Amino acid sequence: MRRLLWAVVILALAGGVVFWIVSRPDPVGADTYAGLTGDPARGETVFWAAGCASCHAAPGSEGEDRLVLSGGTALQSDFGTFYAPNISTDESVGIGGWSIEDLGNAMQAGVSPEGAHYYPAFPFTSYIKAAPQDIVDLHAFLATLPASDVASKPHDVGFPFNVRRLLGGWKMLFLSDEWMLVNAPTDRLERGRYLVEALGHCGECHTPRNELGGWDRSRWLGGAPNPSGKGNIPNITPGGLDWSEGDIAEYLKSGFTPEFDVAGGEMAEVVQNTAHLTDDDRAAIAAYLKAVPAVESATQ
Amino acid sequence: MRMLFLATATLATLGVTTAAIGQSAANPAPAIKARQSLMQLYAFNLGTLGAMAKGDVEYNAEAAQAAADNLASLASVNQMAFWPEGSDNASVEGTKALPAIWESDSDIGAKVGALQEATQALAATAGDGVEAVQAGLGAVGGACGACHKAYRQSE
Repeated sequence: MRRLLWAVVILALAGGVVFWIVSRPDPVGADTYAGLTGDPARGETVFWAAGCASCHAAPGSEGEDRLVLSGGTALQSDFGTFYAPNISTDESVGIGGWSIEDLGNAMQAGVSPEGAHYYPAFPFTSYIKAAPQDIVDLHAFLATLPASDVASKPHDVGFPFNVRRLLGGWKMLFLSDEWMLVNAPTDRLERGRYLVEALGHCGECHTPRNELGGWDRSRWLGGAPNPSGKGNIPNITPGGLDWSEGDIAEYLKSGFTPEFDVAGGEMAEVVQNTAHLTDDDRAAIAAYLKAVPAVESATQ
Repeated sequence: MRMLFLATATLATLGVTTAAIGQSAANPAPAIKARQSLMQLYAFNLGTLGAMAKGDVEYNAEAAQAAADNLASLASVNQMAFWPEGSDNASVEGTKALPAIWESDSDIGAKVGALQEATQALAATAGDGVEAVQAGLGAVGGACGACHKAYRQSE
């Protein structure tokens, strides 16, 4: 009996050690951004395409205020409520002192400069597919923005989800840099895929998730319950969206639907970002949405 | 006979008045229907302008001006009676209007003002060509979206 007990204890310890090793933060390679110079003008396109302002500007910001990235917007989920942090150029409460590697590790590996895991409420699960040059350009653009001294709000997340080390296991299960749309035979589709899957992170809201919060990859962009509890986020594959490419591009530019209703709620935020893109980029997004596999809308 | 007539008239008047007050307080459905219909009128006129802006239809100065004038008139309709207390989506079915509209820090007045400004600006230039319509529509869409973002339940 005693021996059995010892065996169990040793196995448990061994399991713990293995988990500890496997869940360690895995930063991006040291030379990922080597030799690349940032262009703030290109970085501004990345900024709008990646939708940074929607979460990192203070709640309710309009116009120029959306460039003051003081944080505070709440993102509700089944695991708790997350608060977007201050990512302004402030050196003490913002990310003013971050190097390009720091930004890259955060955005593409979900690892903080101190070596801790970030929660995937920050969509590094999409940004992992971004091109290193875009990260470098974004870094240059962010450096031009104003500083804010508003302290970041801590997340409202209960045990066991507040144990960040566990996210290492989550990443092992769910973090991938593979494209969802495997075949993008034209330049336009490739650009659309990049804008949607890598920067726009549309899938983060529009794809349903499993119990652990990972995507149900078989239903990519097929719609999901709204994590705040009320209502549904629509299916934007051809199985759920029958708009033409022109309609989609117009919507992303002006917020007008084909019936001249106007986007509200979270999509109004998205349109405020996509309105800054070029017509070609919006057309690329539209082309991509018509090319993804059709997912049948789940009956509610 | 006269007394009877007077009594009936008084009661009838009281009844109709009570019903009218009762409509907005107890039954918000007609007010909700009215404001939704107003929005549909916006959409109809926006449709004319939007089709020209998108290039789906040939630009026509007269039609554009007419639609833009309509929009400006519609945006300036006095809507006070269309938004009674208790007609938010937490209190009744059939509307997407959020309770925030009626809260003390609501800026709904400013949002309405912004729409009026944008539609008037569009009406001032709608006859000047497609680019003017496109520019003006952008501002109108922004005003519509700002209110929807803050005060309309998302899907």
